[in-house]
Order: sequence, then C-alpha cells, then structure tokens
Amino acid sequence: MTEPLIDCEVQAVVQSIETLEPFLSSHWREVIATTQFKGPTDTPYPPALPTSRRPGLDDVDDRPPGATLASIRTQALDPLGTELGILTCAYGVESVRNPDAAAAIASAINDWLAADFLEPEARLRASISVPAQPAMAAEEIARVGADPRFVQVYLPVRSALPYGNRVWLPLLDAAVEHDLPLALHFGGSPGLPPTASGWPTYYVEEYADMATAFQSQLTSLIAEGAFDRFPGLRVVLAGSGFAWLPAWTWRFDKVWRGLRREVPWNTRSPSETVRDQVRVTLQPVDGPADPAALLTVIEQLGSDELLMFSSDFPRGHAEEGLDALPAGMPPDLRRAILSGNARAFYPRLGAGADG
Amino acid sequence: MAERASGAVIDCDIHNAPASEAALHAYLPASWRERRAATARLDAVWESQRETLGDRSYLGSEYPRATPRAARTDAWPPNGGPPASNLPFLREQLLDRYGVEYGVLTPMLGAGEQLDHESGAALATAINEWQIAEWLDPEPRLRASINVAYEDADLAAAEIHRVADDGRFAQVLLLIRTAEPLGRRKYWRLYEAALEHDLPVGIHFGGWGRGPITSAGYGSFYIEDTVGMATAFQEQVTSMVCEGIFQRFPELKIVLIEGGIAWLAPLMWRLDRAWKQLRAEIPHVDRLPSEIIREHFWVTTQPIEEPPRRQDWPALLEQIGMNDRIMFATDYPHWDFDAPDRALPSFVDADVRQAIMSENARALYRFDA
Repeated sequence: MTEPLIDCEVQAVVQSIETLEPFLSSHWREVIATTQFKGPTDTPYPPALPTSRRPGLDDVDDRPPGATLASIRTQALDPLGTELGILTCAYGVESVRNPDAAAAIASAINDWLAADFLEPEARLRASISVPAQPAMAAEEIARVGADPRFVQVYLPVRSALPYGNRVWLPLLDAAVEHDLPLALHFGGSPGLPPTASGWPTYYVEEYADMATAFQSQLTSLIAEGAFDRFPGLRVVLAGSGFAWLPAWTWRFDKVWRGLRREVPWNTRSPSETVRDQVRVTLQPVDGPADPAALLTVIEQLGSDELLMFSSDFPRGHAEEGLDALPAGMPPDLRRAILSGNARAFYPRLGAGADG
Repeated sequence: MAERASGAVIDCDIHNAPASEAALHAYLPASWRERRAATARLDAVWESQRETLGDRSYLGSEYPRATPRAARTDAWPPNGGPPASNLPFLREQLLDRYGVEYGVLTPMLGAGEQLDHESGAALATAINEWQIAEWLDPEPRLRASINVAYEDADLAAAEIHRVADDGRFAQVLLLIRTAEPLGRRKYWRLYEAALEHDLPVGIHFGGWGRGPITSAGYGSFYIEDTVGMATAFQEQVTSMVCEGIFQRFPELKIVLIEGGIAWLAPLMWRLDRAWKQLRAEIPHVDRLPSEIIREHFWVTTQPIEEPPRRQDWPALLEQIGMNDRIMFATDYPHWDFDAPDRALPSFVDADVRQAIMSENARALYRFDA
C-alpha cells in the first residue's frame, strides 16, 4: 500500500555561484569574473557535517546530494514515493550586503529552480527566495508569484529584525496577496549573534540554538499582530523541530493573559493563532527518542493539523524518511502528517496534488 | 523533618530594592561615592532600575512595561519608597502572610551591566553591604545573593571572596543575558571563586547583552521581551553544557531563576540529539547533555508555564525529570508574582509539592546546616 506523501522540505543545494551564472545578468557575471565575489559563502550547513549531509548519500554525477535534479529524483523523491516535494534553497542570500547583488542572486535561484527542476519534474514545487530588503523582496514575489509552482516564500529564521516588525510589511503584503505562506527556515546570516548573549563557540550550539530563533519569530509575528492584520497570512516553520512548541505556547498563553493590554489586536490566544495560521515541518525531529514519549509530545501540540511531513533532504537526522514518524501513531494522524495537512494548508498545493 | 517541612514555603526570588539612589550610595566605597553621584543620571526617577542606577550601561532596549517598575500595584509601601524597599511592609505582604520560612533576595540593580566594570564592582560591593545591613541583619528569615560585576570575572571573584564568608549569602547572582555565552572562558574564574566557597551560581531573568535580545533581532514589545526571556535561558544552558564547564568544574551548581521550567525538556531532547550527531566537535562533553543538565541545574518556578490540560502537568514534570531540582519562587513584588498557595495546581502530588515548595531549596542552599 502506498500512502500519499507530500514532502514539505527537499533542499536544492547551490554548489557554487557558477550554478547560477546562466541566470545572472551580464553585469553580475562580469563582477564575479573580475572580482573575488563568489556569492554568499555563509552557510547554516557546513558541508562535511552529518547533520548537513546525511551519511551514506553518494554524489550524483560528481555533484553533491541536492545539487542536481538527478539527485533529487533518485535520492529524495523516488525512495519515498513522493507525490509532491517542495524545494527550498538555503543559499545565504541575506548575507550579501549589496542589495542589488542580493536581489540578483535571489532571482537567479528562483529562475534556476524553475528551469532546472520545476520544468522537467512535475512532482516538484518550490519556495521563492528573496533578498532581505522588504521592498525588493516584495518585487521578487510579484515577479515570480504568478507561477503556481512556487508555493511559498523562503525566509531564513535568523534575521536582523524579526518578521513581525513593521518594516517587513511590504513582504507580508506581497506574500498574502499572492496566497503564498511564509516558510521560516533553519539558518540565516544577519551578521548578528545567534543568541541573546553573543556568539557561541561551537557549531553544535548554533545548531541547537536555532530553535530559539523560531520561538522569537513566532513571538514577534503574533505580538505585532501580523496574523490579525492578515487573516490570510500562513506561516510554515521549516527545519525548526516541534518539541519546543508546547512549552512555548504554555508560556506565551499565560503571559498574554497578563499583558494583552499591550497587544490589543491579539484577540485570540497565541496557541489559537498557531493552530489557525501556522504549520511545522517534521524534520529535524527534536523530541524524545522513545516513540511513545514522542507521541506524547505530538499530542501536546494540541492539534493534529500542525505537523507536515518533511524529509529535509539531504540533511542528516537520527531517523530518516518515514522512520521519523514514531511507531504507534494513530492512522488518521499519520495520514494527516504525510499529506493531508500540507494539502489543506498550502493554497497552491490542492489542485496539483489532486492531479 | 517531614513533619516540620509540611506546608513550609521557601521563596527563591525576592526583589528587594533601596528606598532611593542615595540609600544605596551610602554603602559605596568612599572613592566611588562622589564619582557616582556626579554621573548617575536619574536620581529621582525610578522608572527602571537600569536608568536609575546605570551610569553607563547597555542602551537601546527600552520597552514600556506592564506597570511602574513592573510591580504589583499593591506592592508600593504605604509610607513611601518603591516596592520591596521597606522591610516591615515586605514582612507583612510576603513573609508573614504566606509563612515564608526562608526568602532569597535577588536585587537587580545593574552592577553586572556597567560598561565600566570597576564602577560595576563598586556598585556590587555597595549592594552587598546594603543587603547585610538593611535586610540580613534585621530579618533572620532572609538570605541574600552576592551581586557581582560579572562581565569581569576577576572583579567578580574578588567580590565573592570578600563577602562569601558571611553564610547568609546563598549564591552568586548573574542575569541571563550576558555579553558572551556563559560557558565561555571569560566567566570561568567567576565559577572557580563560587566553588571555592561552595556557592551555587544563580542566573536571573533579565539583563542586556551587547546586541539584539533575540537571535531574530529586537522585538517591539514588552510581551516579546518577557516571553522571549526563555530563549536566553535555553541558549545559556546550551553554552554551559557544550563548553564543558561541568567537566572542568564537576561541583558547579547553576540555579536558573525566573526562566520557567517547561522548556527544559525539549532543550534536553534537542541537545541529546545534537550531541549524538555532532559530538566530534565537543569531545570534552563526555555524556548526554540531559544527564549533565539534570545533575548541575536547578530551576525556580515562577513564571511557571501552565498547560491547559490536566494530564500535561504530571507529563511535564516527568518529561523534565528534575523534581528534586525545581524550587518555588514568587518574584515578589513584580506583576507576575506567583502566590505560594496558588502557584501549583491542587493535583500535584503532595511529596512533589513539598519538594518544590521548600525542600529542594533547603537542600541546595543548606538552610538548616
């Protein structure tokens, strides 16, 4: 029996700026050729780590996993029998300070994804990369948003200002106007520390600390009233883990009862807002290793609609693919996580998924 | 023991304050008194502790708060002065009213956040002397926290050595948002000094680092500051575990104050998983982070997270697995005060309740020794 499966996170990897050159203007090709600028070099995924590249994944055509359609097909889609896979691309556009260069690279990523992945492979959908300048991000959304194969806007979860901040309104406006959820994603290079207390020594800290960036973004989007201002706003937390979510909602709901005078536009509790307008991808699973204990955590999320399956290919996790779902999960919940929740949440997935 | 302890309350977080800037300045070392008087900017204004006592501190994060001084509106002493500045009124409103057996003072007066570390050290000395003279001496139920200029570990260690022989100091006090993650070497001599005197290190809600208050930038509202403080706690535990300070200092005890408790379980799961995959980077961390955390950390309750479903309370305590490490706190006189008779739901087991309400703190701080 094959179960319908929507993989909400398959990562396309830009191996180097040369990959994008066909999609850059002659100006930027010349800059790259005549300067040492090689595009973004910051990455949340240092290539040799087992969290960045799943152990056992081979190169395909001498290119790393995720760099080519052949890899995505043979290593991500085929093994799971994926019906639809959503591509993200964590290339670090936000680390490029020159806004024109950042915008050009973001556009190049989107055009590369369309030409090399979406065009030849009907099972794929993609996320729109945007520069970290709100107005320019809105322009890019307007440029490619008419293509229904782009199903969400990709935003690195670490940012210089949280996405609820009103400077981002042009971006939110554009996303909502095009019926595109915002996908906040593991990583980001805003040039500011990944903790409230400065720069940690080790990568493993940065890896673990990413959960706090997701908490902060969600806090910001809710407190600023983004979900109230835009009832159509949808947010996906991708690569965030989910085990922290119950503790965070219990805290936020309690504090909200005490401080809601400050945010009168929040007419729902934070946990209700999350249930209505936020979804979370499965990997990396960050709960307890014991399946029964993990099921308890999933139950504590308070809704069967929150989790959406992701492989997070080619990243590495303790359990991969369908093994990431704990044994003993009720069949209805399993179906919802594997495909139903994504189909219901993404405005642009329904038609394609039904064939 | 059990009989005496039944119903006992130990409050691990009481924010006493001086009646005025001048009241604290009387305890400054003479050489600093004049200098501070010349530079303190807002003598008469008690809008925020940072402004009141900050000569030069981290600036750029002002959030209008829920109430003046974030205090309960009924906590202003009838005969004047700011909340928790008047010992008789604090006795009436907190110690006597709830039968508090011991209360741990955690004054937050900016010593650790001075950009001029020597000025901060002088302020810390004044705060500690003020605690002795005006709180510990007249009220035997109170214990105190050693304030230090924690961004300079040598100055902090000197202050710890200076006052630690007074057994009424229960711990060293830091704030959770520091200039660097607390596992880093610059803080190690502070931990060494605390250990020399067998003192836990308490780390309290608050403080300003040197950048945005979250890893996603500055929020706009006090509610984000408050909710977001839990992220600073998670990041600091991560740093202290990953840097291996508990391998270097096997006796070190850390108390996390006013951070809540519920995030501990997911943090332990996350760190255990990260350690299994990435431990090659931190070979000095020789066992599961969750084991290290359960051995070296204590947490206080307020503002305790409140799961809406009854079954999630026992589930939460089981997930954390630190029933011997959770210690009750009121956070008096702040607006989000948790009352001793109402903080824990009625269905928490009696044994667990008593451990949390008094016995865990009694054992950690050795109050009966």
